[in-house]
Amino acid sequence: MRVELQRICKHFGPVKANDGISLLLEEGKIYGLLGENGAGKSTLMKILSGYQPPDSGEILVDGQPVLFDSPATALTSGVGMLYQDPLDMPPFRVIDNYLLGRDNRLPLNYKKAAAELQDLSTRYDFEINVNAFVDTLSMGERQQLELVRQLAGGAEVLILDEPTTGISAEQQKLLFDSMRKLAQEEGKTLILVSHKLDEIQELCTHAFILRQGQLVGESEVPCLNENLVRMMFGQVPAKSERPYFELGEPVLEVENLNAGDYRLKIEDINLSVQAGEVFGLAGLEGSGQRRLIQACAGLIQPNSGRIKLAGEDISGWSYHRRQSAGVAYVAAGRLEEGLVDDLSLTEHLVLAQPEHSFLIDWDGARQEMERRIAHYQIVGRPDSTAGELSGGNQQRLLFALLDSPLKLLLFEHPTRGLDVRSTNYIWDLFYQRREQGTAILFLSADLDEIIERSDRIAVFSGGRMSRIVSANETSVDELGHLIGGQQ
Amino acid sequence: MKFRQSPSIGWTLTRQQALLWAWPIVPVIAALLFTAGLLVIFDTSPAVAVQAMYQGAMGEASNRLSVVAFWVPLMLASTGLLVTFRAGLWNIGIEGQIILGAIGASWVALRIDAPAPILIAIELIVAMAAGAIWALFVALLKTRGHVHEIFGGLALNSLAVILTNYLISGPWQPAEGGSFRGTAPFPDKALLPLLSESRFAPLSLLFAMVAFALVVIALRGTFWGLKLKALGKNAYSSFLLGVSSKREIILAMMFCGALAGLGGAVRTLSWFDSLRQSISGGIGFTALLVVMLANYNMWLVPFIALFFSGVLQGGITLQLRTQLHSSLGGILTGVMVLFVLLFSDPRKLGITDTKMVSDHGPPEVRGQPLDPFGRDIPEGD
Amino acid sequence: MDDSELIRFLASIVLAATPLIIAVCGETITERSGVVNLSLDGTMLMAAMLGFIVALETNNVWLGFLAGAGIGAFFALIVAFGNIRLGASMVAVGFVLTLLGDDLSAFLGQNYTRIPGPSIIRGSIPILKDIPILGPIFFDQDIVVYFSFVLVGVTWYFLNRTQPGLHLRSAGERPEAAFARGVHVNHVRYLYTIVGGALVGIAGASYSLNVKIGWAEGATRGLGWIALAIVIFGGWSPIGGAMGALLFAATRSLVTVLQKSYPEVPATVFLALPWILMIAVLVLAGSGSLQRLVTFLPRSVQPAMSRILRVQPPAALGTTFEEN
Repeated sequence: MRVELQRICKHFGPVKANDGISLLLEEGKIYGLLGENGAGKSTLMKILSGYQPPDSGEILVDGQPVLFDSPATALTSGVGMLYQDPLDMPPFRVIDNYLLGRDNRLPLNYKKAAAELQDLSTRYDFEINVNAFVDTLSMGERQQLELVRQLAGGAEVLILDEPTTGISAEQQKLLFDSMRKLAQEEGKTLILVSHKLDEIQELCTHAFILRQGQLVGESEVPCLNENLVRMMFGQVPAKSERPYFELGEPVLEVENLNAGDYRLKIEDINLSVQAGEVFGLAGLEGSGQRRLIQACAGLIQPNSGRIKLAGEDISGWSYHRRQSAGVAYVAAGRLEEGLVDDLSLTEHLVLAQPEHSFLIDWDGARQEMERRIAHYQIVGRPDSTAGELSGGNQQRLLFALLDSPLKLLLFEHPTRGLDVRSTNYIWDLFYQRREQGTAILFLSADLDEIIERSDRIAVFSGGRMSRIVSANETSVDELGHLIGGQQ
Repeated sequence: MKFRQSPSIGWTLTRQQALLWAWPIVPVIAALLFTAGLLVIFDTSPAVAVQAMYQGAMGEASNRLSVVAFWVPLMLASTGLLVTFRAGLWNIGIEGQIILGAIGASWVALRIDAPAPILIAIELIVAMAAGAIWALFVALLKTRGHVHEIFGGLALNSLAVILTNYLISGPWQPAEGGSFRGTAPFPDKALLPLLSESRFAPLSLLFAMVAFALVVIALRGTFWGLKLKALGKNAYSSFLLGVSSKREIILAMMFCGALAGLGGAVRTLSWFDSLRQSISGGIGFTALLVVMLANYNMWLVPFIALFFSGVLQGGITLQLRTQLHSSLGGILTGVMVLFVLLFSDPRKLGITDTKMVSDHGPPEVRGQPLDPFGRDIPEGD
Repeated sequence: MDDSELIRFLASIVLAATPLIIAVCGETITERSGVVNLSLDGTMLMAAMLGFIVALETNNVWLGFLAGAGIGAFFALIVAFGNIRLGASMVAVGFVLTLLGDDLSAFLGQNYTRIPGPSIIRGSIPILKDIPILGPIFFDQDIVVYFSFVLVGVTWYFLNRTQPGLHLRSAGERPEAAFARGVHVNHVRYLYTIVGGALVGIAGASYSLNVKIGWAEGATRGLGWIALAIVIFGGWSPIGGAMGALLFAATRSLVTVLQKSYPEVPATVFLALPWILMIAVLVLAGSGSLQRLVTFLPRSVQPAMSRILRVQPPAALGTTFEEN
C-alpha cells in the first residue's frame, strides 16, 4: 500500500505547525521521521493517522485521495498509529480493550477475540494475558497490545511515536524484531518518529527530517549522524562550556530511603547533593526518579530511611514546612502542577511570597512583577494570565517565582518541550542559582542534557538507583546500559 | 462594541451586533415569558399576576419593609456563599447553617438571662458560632472523610431540620402544649428592635452591609482571598505554591457558616419571635441561586438578592389573591437562573459578529473530573 | 414479629426499594458515560407528579409511566445539552433543575393533591414464588418490581458484555481514546444521559403509582439525592447500586419498626438514621477501607475482589469533551 502526503498544512493560531509537507511512503520500508521538539512531527502524524484534519493538502492511499475523520476511519483504510501514551482504556480488561470498536455486533464474542489475540501475539513473540487489566500492564506490554490491535484492525501502515521511551531493553528488542518482521516479511510500511538517532540508524532505511514545520531533508539510512543533526538543527549546536565551580557542604542527604506504594516503590536510595552542585537523575519514566524528588519535596512520606537538609533530619516535615526552610520544588506539568491558568502573573507572585501582609499591596506587587519580567525576560505583562504565556515563558515564570536564596532546588523535566534558545536560557538561570550555593537535583528524559549539565548522575531503573557516576567520566552509552538495568 | 461605518448616514448597527450588545437581558426576558406562559395555562392573566406580585412587594410600606426584611438574611447568606464559591466549593449545606444559627440564637433567648443589649450580642455571637460549627462538620467530612461537600451539606441540612422539629415539639415547646409550629415565644428583650409595625429590624441592615463590605475587602484585597481564588481554580498548583487546601477549605466554610448563622439569628429574632419549623424559608437555596445568577460577581449580588426578595414576597401575595401556589415565585427565579446558565454565551448559539474561523484542532477534554470523594485535595500537608 | 409478618415486612422493603433501584440504574448509566445528572431529586418529583396526573386523567397507568419517563428524559437532556453544546456547568444546571423541579411540581400539581388514583395490579410469579423464604419476598410483588430486577441484570450485561456498553464506558473513562476508536463520545453521552433520565423518571412515577399512591407536595423529596449517593456507594455498578438501594430501604422501614418497639427513644433519632447512614456509607466508600479488607482474603481471590470492591468513579466524570 502506497501512502502519499501532498502539501499538508496545519496551523494553530499564528504558529505554522506543518507548512506544505509532502512525503511518499512505499510498502515494505521502515521510515524515520526526525526533528527536534516543536518541529511538527507529532502534528503531521496525527493528521496522517486521522486524529485531526489538515487545514489544506491531501492524503492519497494507493493513488486515491482519502479523508479521515477519526483514527478509527484511518484504520479501516489501513493507517494505524501507536501513540507515545497508548490510547487504551486502563480500567478495562485486555480483551475488552481489544474489542472496543472492533465490530458492531451487540454481544461481545470473547472466544473469537481471545483466539485472534493469542494468534497475533505469538506471531511476534509477545505474551499477552487476555484477562489482565490494562492498568496492571507495563508500558511495553500496553504497546504490544496496541500494535496487535491495530494489525488485527487491518493496519498496513503503522506509525510509532517515540515508542522506546519507558520500555525495558528486552521489550525494545521484541518491538524492533516485530517491526522488522512487519516490514520485511509482511510488506507493511512503518514510520518511526524519534529523536534518538541511534534507533533511526539501526532500524530505518530512509529518514525524513522536519524543522520548524517544513520538510528540510531526506536521507538514506544508515548515514553519518552529523548529516542528520545538521538537517535537524541547521547547524551542529555548540555545546556551552560548563564552568568549573567549587562545591560546598552537603545540603541534601538521603539515607537508606524507602518510599512509595504498591504502584511504584523506590528502595535503598542513598545520595547526597552538595551546595552548588547539579545532580541529574536519569531513567525511563516510571522508574522512580520522580518518586525520589517528591519524597525530597515532602509530597510523599518515606516508609523508612532519612532525608536531611543541611544536616537536619527533615524526614517527617510537611511540604509547606520544607518550603519555608528553603526547599523549592517545580513539577513537570507547568499549568497543571505549578501555575494556575486563570491567575495573573502578579497574583502568582503574591502567592509565592514567603512573607505576606494581611492586605495586599497590589501596586507594589505589580511593580515587583515588572522587575522580574524584565530580569527573567518573560514575554508577558503583570496582568497577563499564566495560561496566555508560551511554554518557555511559563518555565521562566516558575523560575521567577522561586525564593532567593534557596538551599535546595528540586526540578522535574526543566526543559521539556522547549526550543534550544529557551533551554540554554533556563540552564543559565540554573547556573546563577548554583553560584548562590543552591543544591540542584533534577530529572530529565534527555540523556544529552543530563550528561552536559550535571556534575554527577544517578540512573533509576525499576525503583532502584545505580551507582553514582561523574558526568565527565561517563557517556550516553554507559547511561543507556544503566537504564537497561545492567550495572 | 464595534459599529460599521456607513458612508451616508454615519453609523449603523448590524442586527448581529445589536443582538450581541443586548444579549444579557435575553435570558431574563425569556424567563419572564416562560412564567407568563405557565400562568396562561392556569387561566390567570399574566397582567393580573404581575400586578398582584408588584402590590405584594411594593404596594404598601409594610410590604416594602417585608421585602427588605427578607433581603437581609438573603444578603448575609449570599455574601457568605461568595467566599465558598471563590474557593471552588458547592456549599449546599448553607440551609443547615442558617438553621443552626437560628437554633443557637433561640437557645440563648430561651435559656440565658441578661439585660437587652448584652443578651442580643450574645445571641448573635452564639448564632455565628453555631453556623460556623455546622459548616465545620461539612468541611471536615470533605477534608478527612473524603465526602463531597454536596452530600455532606445535604445530610447536615436534613439533620438540622430534624433537630429543629425535635426542639419545637420537645424541650422548647410552648407552655400551652406542642403546636409543631414553633417554640415558646422569646421574651421581648431577646428580640431585635423592630421598625414600627413591620417585621424588619433596622439593626440587621447594618449587619448585612458590614458583612458585604468585609467580604468585598477579604476577596479582593487580602492574601486570604487570593489563596481562596487560587484554590478554587487549581487546588494542586495552589498547594505547590504554598496554599494549604485543607486549612482554607475549613476557614472558608466556617466564614460562610458564621454569616449564614447570623442570617438565621436575624430571622428568628425579628421576622419571627421564636424558632419555627421553616425557619430558613429556603433562603439558603435561594442564596445559591442569587450568586449563580450574578455569575459570582460580587457587585451584582445585592441587586439580584433584592429582586429575588421582591419576587418571592410578591409570590405570597399572589397566592392570597389568585389561589395560585406561591411556588410561582420560586419558579420565576429558578427559570431565570437556568436560562442565564444555559444561554449566557451567544456565540454558542451561533450568533457572532465576526466570521468564526474555527481552529480545527484535535478533540480535547475540558474541565476537571468530578471526584465525589474530594480526593482532589492534595495530601502531604 | 412472627414469620409471616417478617416476610411481609421484608417484601415491603423490596417494594420500597424499587424506585431507588430503577433510579440508581439510570444514573449509573448516565455517570458511566461521563455525565453527572444532579437534577435527580427534582426529576423524581416532577415524574411522580406528572405520572400520577396523566395516569389519573387517562385512567391508564402505563401512560403515567410514559409521562414520567418523558419528563425524566427531558430534564436529563437539558443537563446534557447545556454542558455539551452550551458549555454550562453540569453541577450548576443540575442543581437549578432540582430546585425548579420541586417548585414546578408543587405548582403544577396543586390541584391534584390527596386524590386517590389508579395503581398497578399485583401478580406473583408462579413456581418462583414458592421458593421458601425468598419466594414470597421477591416474587410476590407487581410488575414494576419485577421490572427493577430485570433492569439490574440487563444493565449489568449491557455495560459489561456488549459492544455499545464498551462504547458507553469508554466515553466516561477516557474520551480521547474512545474517539480514536471511532466512538462518537458526545452522541453516546446524549443517548445515555437521556436513557438514564428516562429511567429516573420511571422511578419517580413508580413511587406515586406503586409505592405510595397519589401525589402530595414534596412526595419523593430526598430520594433523588439518596440515589446519587447510592450510585457512588455502589461503585458505579448496577448490582452494587441495587444492594445499596435495598440497604437504604431497609433502614427506612426499620426506622418505623424500631420506633414502635422503642417508643421512649425520641423520634428524631430514628429520622436521622438514614442520613447518618448515607454519610457513613460515603465515608467508607471514600476511605479505601474496603480495599484494605481485601488483604485479609486468600491470595487467589484478591485481584478479583479488589476490582469488585474498588470504588472508582469513571475517570472522565464531569469533564466536557470537545470534538473540534
